[in-house]
Amino acid sequence: MTDETARMGWFSRLAHPGQFLQWSRHWVAPLAVVTAILFAVGLWFALFNSPEDYQMGQTVRIMYVHVPNAWLSELCYGVMAIAALGTLVWRHPMADVAAKSAAPLGAAFTAMALFTGSMWGRPTWGTYWEWDGRMTSYLILFLMYLGIVALWNAFEDQLRAARVVAVVTLVGAINIPIIIFSVVWWNTLHQPSSIIAKGGPRMPPSLLIPLLVMTLAFTFLFATLHVVRMRTEVLRRRAASLERRHAAEAGGN
Amino acid sequence: MLTSTEGIGFVVAAYLGVGIVTLGLIAWAMLDARRQKRRLAALEAKGVSRRSSGGN
Repeated sequence: MTDETARMGWFSRLAHPGQFLQWSRHWVAPLAVVTAILFAVGLWFALFNSPEDYQMGQTVRIMYVHVPNAWLSELCYGVMAIAALGTLVWRHPMADVAAKSAAPLGAAFTAMALFTGSMWGRPTWGTYWEWDGRMTSYLILFLMYLGIVALWNAFEDQLRAARVVAVVTLVGAINIPIIIFSVVWWNTLHQPSSIIAKGGPRMPPSLLIPLLVMTLAFTFLFATLHVVRMRTEVLRRRAASLERRHAAEAGGN
Repeated sequence: MLTSTEGIGFVVAAYLGVGIVTLGLIAWAMLDARRQKRRLAALEAKGVSRRSSGGN
């Protein structure tokens, strides 16, 4: 077997919904266990084994849930944008399943990023909300997620929905660089990135380690939930197709 | 500059909110998965099955 056929074999396995159900079944439990361990370690660091900030005091602990959720809001949209390409360009059978499964997760992570940002903003900036570039572009992202979830539910024909949602998702992807660079382009209340910065992270290891562990924990949570949701979506489509066939056969008799 | 006890309420609210939404997401994903499995099992019990069920 050549390298090329080996690659095609892997790709075909990934692309086939039935095969996806087979191999992904073995991923759910290990992913869930790693997620639980990472959360246990991360929360221990975040709540009991990390110092207060010299300016923000205890409220620095909000960073350990705010930053991971903000990161996942963008990652989730990135997954949806790649899946949208898969739907429009390659008509990948699992692409629209991946996109549909990621949308409600992205909406939840964005809602948590907005909520925790608001809880952090009040004691540090003196306000729950400010219409600055970063916060406004995040609110737009949240509304886009809700719109995409609504679009998926508006169509009975999920193949048609996938094409419409894919176009909307790719158009909406313009908001991602706006979110990332909003703190550079505009003079915002929100501070610039403290982790990915010229000259390395702008925080001591005592704050950085809990943040990285919590970010990894939330990323594994997303991976676990995404696989579970994708499996559920395949089962839902299979059941819907069987129900249609059953109804057609019953009508024909 | 905040003292060590200032803002504790905001920290608790942030973690509570995230905890509720995260646990809600997990519960929703598990319940929906179970619902779809039951739906398929009910169809199979009625004798409705896929034409090409081999390996799927």
